[in-house]
Amino acid sequence: MSGTTLRISDALIRRIHAHGVETYPFECCGALLGKDSETSREVIGLLPLANRRDDSPRNRFEVTPGDVQKAEKKAREMRVEVIGWYHSHPNAPARPSEFDREHAWPWYSYVIVSVEASEARDTKSWRLRDDRSAYDAEVIESIAQSASI
Amino acid sequence: MAVKVIIPTPLRPYAGKQESVEMEAGNVREALKGLTTRFGELKKHLYSDDGRLRSFVNVYVNDEDIRYLEKEETQLRDGDIVSIVPSIAGGTGK
Repeated sequence: MSGTTLRISDALIRRIHAHGVETYPFECCGALLGKDSETSREVIGLLPLANRRDDSPRNRFEVTPGDVQKAEKKAREMRVEVIGWYHSHPNAPARPSEFDREHAWPWYSYVIVSVEASEARDTKSWRLRDDRSAYDAEVIESIAQSASI
Repeated sequence: MAVKVIIPTPLRPYAGKQESVEMEAGNVREALKGLTTRFGELKKHLYSDDGRLRSFVNVYVNDEDIRYLEKEETQLRDGDIVSIVPSIAGGTGK
């Protein structure tokens, strides 16, 4: 899966940052809705979701199957797909943890934003390797404004 | 029993890009075993090394979570729909 590109507008990146700042020092999460092709994928909209890990929201996030289905329904209405997920790492780098890897699905793009002192610092996108051994970084390409939701 | 297994989007590349697969199975365990026998690449994404379904893999029979039925021993009837639905988890883990 190396060499893939995630195309997303600055406006949508700013919305992810804002969500991470809003929930700081807890983790935020949400769905990336968009279109996929062989070599690149484009985020058309976001669906911010509640972090269901009430017991440990500072260092964990969870999207329930019900919320996954809600995101898929929203994507179908927009005639796109759920192409990935975003979440924040409060006071930690924007790279996947071992906990992230253990719980990851292949194919999805995982956008992580690092938030420190209530400020979004860094944003990266990752995809799990087919053999689940590690993540590969995905190039984030800034594009003109999408028809966001 | 002839059942249909719905494949979630992230696993379709490992299942011949199909949205669903028809198969014969008497219970959920047999349905999933049939699926991973037909598409070997699916196994590591559905099961952990100790052979258990991964915690973020949710299986429904006709919209009912098998955790509230008989888990993988849940019996299937002709025409049942078995859905694999992701949950998404992660975090810094610190």
